[in-house]
Order: sequence, then C-alpha cells, then structure tokens
Amino acid sequence: MTAELVRGQNHPLSQARLEVRVSAGRPIVAGATLSDEQGRVRGVEWVAHPGAPTLPGLEVSKQAAADHRLAFDLDALPGTVHRVSVLLALPTGVGGPVRFGAVAAPFVAVTGLDGSEVASYTITGLDTESAVVALELYRRQGVWKVRAVGQGYAGGLAELLTDQGLSEARQLAGSINEAVAQGLARSVSAPPPRSADTDRSRQAAASAPGPDQPYAGPQGAPGTVPPQSPYDAPGPQGATVPQSGYPGGPAQPDPSTVTQPSAPTGGPVNYSHPGRQAAAPPPPPPTAPPAAPGQPAQPVAGDATGWSMEERLYNQVWGMFEDLARTTAAYRSAVDFADSRLEQELDKVLSDPRSRIGGQGDAAREAAQAKRAGLVDQARAALDRDLAQLAAEAEVVEPALPAAYASWDNPVWHRYRVPMEIPMALRLGDLRLPESENLGIPMLVRLPLERGLWIDSGRAGLDDTLADSDELRRLAMDTAVAHAARLLAAYPAGEFTVHVIDPAGSGASCLAPLVRSGVLDAPPAAGAAGVGEVLARLTQRVDLVQMAVRGGVADSLPPDLDTAEQLLIVNDFPHGFDDRAVTQLRYLADEGPAVGVHLMMVADREDAAAYGPLLDPLWRSLLRLTPVPDDHLADPWVGHAWTYEPALVPPGSQVLQQVLSQVAAARRSWNR
Amino acid sequence: MTVNMTKGQAISLQKNDGGTLTAVRMGLGWQAAPRRGLFGSRTREIDLDASAVLFADKQPVDVVFFRHLVSDDGSVRHTGDNLVGGVGQGGDDEAILVDLQRIPVHIDQIIFTVNSFTGQTFQEVQNAFCRLVDETNGQELARYTLAGGGQYTAQIMAKVHRAGPGWQMTALGTPANGRTFQDLMPAILPHL
Repeated sequence: MTAELVRGQNHPLSQARLEVRVSAGRPIVAGATLSDEQGRVRGVEWVAHPGAPTLPGLEVSKQAAADHRLAFDLDALPGTVHRVSVLLALPTGVGGPVRFGAVAAPFVAVTGLDGSEVASYTITGLDTESAVVALELYRRQGVWKVRAVGQGYAGGLAELLTDQGLSEARQLAGSINEAVAQGLARSVSAPPPRSADTDRSRQAAASAPGPDQPYAGPQGAPGTVPPQSPYDAPGPQGATVPQSGYPGGPAQPDPSTVTQPSAPTGGPVNYSHPGRQAAAPPPPPPTAPPAAPGQPAQPVAGDATGWSMEERLYNQVWGMFEDLARTTAAYRSAVDFADSRLEQELDKVLSDPRSRIGGQGDAAREAAQAKRAGLVDQARAALDRDLAQLAAEAEVVEPALPAAYASWDNPVWHRYRVPMEIPMALRLGDLRLPESENLGIPMLVRLPLERGLWIDSGRAGLDDTLADSDELRRLAMDTAVAHAARLLAAYPAGEFTVHVIDPAGSGASCLAPLVRSGVLDAPPAAGAAGVGEVLARLTQRVDLVQMAVRGGVADSLPPDLDTAEQLLIVNDFPHGFDDRAVTQLRYLADEGPAVGVHLMMVADREDAAAYGPLLDPLWRSLLRLTPVPDDHLADPWVGHAWTYEPALVPPGSQVLQQVLSQVAAARRSWNR
Repeated sequence: MTVNMTKGQAISLQKNDGGTLTAVRMGLGWQAAPRRGLFGSRTREIDLDASAVLFADKQPVDVVFFRHLVSDDGSVRHTGDNLVGGVGQGGDDEAILVDLQRIPVHIDQIIFTVNSFTGQTFQEVQNAFCRLVDETNGQELARYTLAGGGQYTAQIMAKVHRAGPGWQMTALGTPANGRTFQDLMPAILPHL
C-alpha cells in the first residue's frame, strides 16, 4: 500500500534496499547528501551527484533526466550517517527553465526493488526555486523513516548545500552544474564512433572504478557501464535512461539496445547539400548595443531579418516606412479627434443659453481650445519622439546602403563597379509626409520591375507656379534618364538593354548622357518609321519568348535573340504613333513584364486625350512617377498620401557620366 | 498568479514589482468541432473571432479584427484569423497583441470582444477560454472560461483603459449576440 505523503509527513521504511523514483516531465538533476547526527554534511565526499554518482550504499544518475531511479542500500551506509537527503535541481546554463514554477510538479516515490511503492510525494507549490530537497531518509532509534520535505531554494544548489552545512557548497554546486551541462551537451551532439567491441570490453571492465573513484568516462555513454552498485546482485541499472528496463527486467542490459547510434565513419555527418551553399545560415545581423535605461536603443544599419546585408537593409527600409506611416497615423488620428471634440464643445457652448451671460461663454470656449491644444501637444510630442528615433536610424542606414538603394549623392556611387548579380531592389526616389519633411524614406521597388513606369510630364495636379510646360517635359526626361541609368547600373554587363523612342527628337539634349556614353545599342528611334521598327522588334521578341516559355522550349530560341531584360523609353507619346503602334505598345505593357520587356513612358496624359478611355488601362498599369515632388503615392498600410521626390543627380555632379561610362565599358568587353 | 476574473472586477495592470505593463496579449482558444460523417468532411466548424475596438472618448476610432489585422497606428495587432479552433489544450488560437506604450494619446479605452462567426452559442463550444497575458514574460493576468456559457454567440470580454499614467483592465464578461464586432457596438457602448 502506498502512503501519499504531504509536506512534513513521515512514513516508516521496512526495507533497507530501496529505490527513489523521480519523475519531472523534463530533464532535472537528482542527487543525495549524507549528513551526520547534527544534520551536517561533513564534506564533498558525502554528496552523491552526477559528477560523483556512487557512494557506499547509494547511487544516483550520471546526468539530468526526466525520470530518475536512485538506488539505496541503507544498511551499507556508514554508521555515522543519520540522514540522506534526496535533492532535485534544474540544470543551469543549458537554456532550460530556471525555476520549478515553470515546470510540472516533480513526483517522487520510494519503492522496493520490485517496484512496489512504499510512499510517494508530489512536490507542489514551488515557484522561483531552482533546487529542492525532495525527501529525507533518516534514522530514528535504529529505524529508517522517510519524510516529505519539499524545501526549495531560489539560490539553487549552492544555497541548498550551504544550508546543509557544507563549507565548499559553492564550488561543489559549480562542478555539479558543469558535469550536468557536459552530459546534456553530449546527449544532443552526435556520439563519437564506437564499435560494438569497445562496448563489450568496457562492459567487462565495469567493476574497475572503485567506490571513491567516480566514473567519468570521456565518452559517457549513459547506461552502458554500470558503476559499482550498492546491490550485491545486479539489479536494474538504467537509471539515466528513463525508458529502459522494467523493475524486474534483464539484469544486464543488452549492449545493442543501449548503444547509441553511431556514424559509420568518423566524424559527425554533414547533412548540408554540397551544391546548395546559399542555404548556409546567414551571418548574424548586427545587433544594436544595449540601450541606456530610459533611452531608445542606438540604431544600427542592417538591424532587420534577411539572408544578406542587402536583404536586411531592404527590410529595414521597409520597416522604417511602415513605422513612419503608423506613427503619423496615430498623430493624425489624435489631431482629428481633438478637432472634432473642439467643434462639439464649441457647438455646445453656442447652444447653451447660459453662455450668453457675461464671460461664461468665452471661458468655456477658451477651455475647449486649451483642451484641444493640450491633446495635440501630447500627440505631437509622441510623434516627435518617434521621428527623432527614425531620423537617427536613417542617419546610420543611408550611408550603409548599396548603390542601387542609395541616392545619387551617396559616395557609394563614386566607388561604383558593374555588379555581378542584380540587386533585390532599386531606389526610385524618396517618400515624405508633411509632418516630417526632413525624413525621407527611400522608395525601393523590387527588381526585375513588375510594372512599367510612367514619368508624368503633364501639369495635372501641379500648381501653375511650379514650372512651365516645356520645363516640365525636360525635367521629366531628365528623371527618366536618371532612372534608366540606375537600372543599367544595377544589372550585370549585358543583362539590360535600353531602347529609346523619341519621335520628334525633343528629348535629345536630355538623352545625351545615354547616347554619348555608348550604353545604347542603337540611337533613339525617330519618326513614325523608327517607332514602328522598334515596336515591331520588341513585340516579336515578347511573342517569341512567350511561345518558347509556354511550349517549354526556352532553350530553342533563335541565337540572335537578346536574352537581356529590355527597357523601352517612349518620349512624347503619342507623337509618331499610329493606331497599329498604339496597339503594339499596349501589348508590350500587358505582356512584356512577364518576359522581361519593360516600358518607361515619358508622357502627358492630356496629349493622348484623343484616344478617350481606350488608354486608361495602359496608364493604370504603369507606376506613375513625377519629375517634381508630388503627393500621389500611397503606402500599403494606412494609405497616407506620400510626397514622391525623384532620385535625381545633384546639379553639377558628374556621377551619372562616370557610372554610365563604366557600364558602357563593361558592355563593350562583354559583347566582344 | 492567475486571476480568474469575475464580472465587473477591475485589476490594475501594474506588475508585481511596481513597473507598469508594456505589452499585453488577449488570447482566445477553443476546441475544434469533432469530425463527422464518413470521411470527417462534414464537420460543422466553429469559428470564434477575437476583436479589439479602440475608443477615444466613447468614439470608435479604429478596430482590429480579422479583416483589419493591425490598427493604423500599429499598436494593436491581431495574429490572424483561425477558422476552426485548436486541440483544446489551452493554447491561444487567436491572439491580439497590444503595445500599451504605443497606443496614441487620444485612445483611452480598448474593448475586447469574442464572437462566434459560425453561429454556435458558447454552450456548444468546448474548452473555450479567453485570457489576458503579460506579453513580456508570458504571465497570465486574467482568464475567463467561455465554454458552457449560455445561449449567446458573443461576449464583451474586457476593457483596458487609461488610469492615471498607466492602464487598468476591467473584466466585463457581458454576453451578447452578434456575428462580428459591428453587431456588438450597441452592447459595447454602455460599458464605455
């Protein structure tokens, strides 16, 4: 019959040979201390623990386990021992829970050798403790008894051992934790290669370590080598292998069942695919140094997830974009609310007849105004705090950006080299909100382009003072050239081809950098014939590649077909376009992006007004950009109107020419 | 320590050590309906939805639910719609994370609601619970058992509201009926 003990309760023990079984649901350390009549542990040799698992008369597990079976032979204990304390502890430094409150209540039972339970005890009510005295077996007038103790120690083993009067408690606790950590470390790494022969020979030598020589085999295969046990006859041994062995099971575990699987040849198995190097884990992202208390953490460039620095910076920029959108949303929402509340309160004042008497109305109005101002100030303070943090982040992120993400004035462009692979994204400009004019978020679009671009040279939506019509057209063409140069510079040599249609030659001066540097295969096409010829060639290409892709014969394309991505810049649309050309252009806009043919329209929609709604789908399919700052882009989270400002070369800078001449040189050597 | 909250009980969201809470999570869990029919395909799935409505002086300003997973200001985030429930072992099947420090200054109350989108009353749902957790350390602050409730399809769980410089939570536990939070608005208003 089992006695279920409560804390403090005791129970007589009729047998001298006992087991204490522990079940905790997750790996814990089990040990035992011996103490004398005064309740004092006389020295480290009176403590049985994973580093020194056997003492005369008792044996504990060599490593942490979810289940333990500790063997006791009370008659074999030295006569000076009056008490044996069974202690449990959570392994430290291995990343597991650090308090018993976070694990299931440990269960301990005292059983006979046949497994019959004598007494059991569930240790409940533990919280921050990481070590606990579970039970004590004690001698009282020549009779052994067990008592449920359940005394926990938040200070862990060191505190527990100190409490038992051990002077070297701290050092011993340290060495126990180290032995356990080593055992746990071994249990997850691949076992060293071992043949069955060595197992057997070590099995034969099992009696070699004496009782005072704790077994500490470097290979530590748990359960294979029983240290000297307190039993005269071999009993169940597998104390450290929770599932092994039945109470009356085989005395000597079959070596084959407990030998850990070992690699057939030396060394741990390398599971990585030899040809898949990209799957190697990314280098750890730079982490921000710990923040001073009360201060936001110092921003660090690349402090985001991603497989490469480039991807991390991309994600960081998008993170900043979202943060700015959201903190501004919070501010605007607060101001809107403050305004509507003010309005309501003013209405109330107005409709209240009492407010017409004396200064009461004025006072109420003032109070309402002050209430609004107070809330707006609070909201502004919160916004300013966030803006300061984002500005600090932008300050470290901008200089760290690769060329494709950087603005033209970034020094990275002066170190430009033609890349070996295309970047993830390209910066087309900056995005700003009126609340934070000084904080521009890089507008990054993924490459290859998913939509065509439309550089709007029209005056729609702009105020008249900004620029006259011709000036605007010139600015639009400059913007187009800057974007095209960026695209050319982002692609490896020979992987990006630019065609230009400039029917009336009006963009010649703006196109000069492209033409002069030699990055174009052909001069800008002029006149209706030129327009028709370029469109026919690109239409044919789209058609061919589409057929090849659909037919699954992409490798049988004609050898003279340019496999590079194509960009068609169209100036002055629809000048020089007949109906057939317009239809071809629409075909390119619809079908081109999927097969690497992209459009960049530099156009004023008004010029094509004669086509009526026919061209609306074309305009809608293009990403509209403006040559001058304009608030027409929305973010994907809140939908604020963001002011887009194109990425333009600073006036007087030669960076565009330098970059283009490098691209041209690379193209020439690639073509050869 | 978990507080099994009762209706109308208010607890201050102060930590035991005196610091204020910075992030809380409202978790909702329930057990999926048992499989029926020959191939287990004729289930009548149970879809409970957790929502949070942000109020500024009794005016609804923003709402976080399965069609709008993040409040515009980013302070309240829904982890995503779960249409069938879980194994009923106490894990959260839907959760709403609230970053108390980032809530806009004018928002003074957040109401959490649970409703049964598929129309089962809480009498029919097994192992349903709703709880509030301190997100920084995973400690449970409050828990409600929904299962075995009455003939209603929604519950207005709790409100988190400003109290001085910090926040306070009041358990509401008011039964209501409705398919989404919009249906609950009339029932919510008296609690503001």
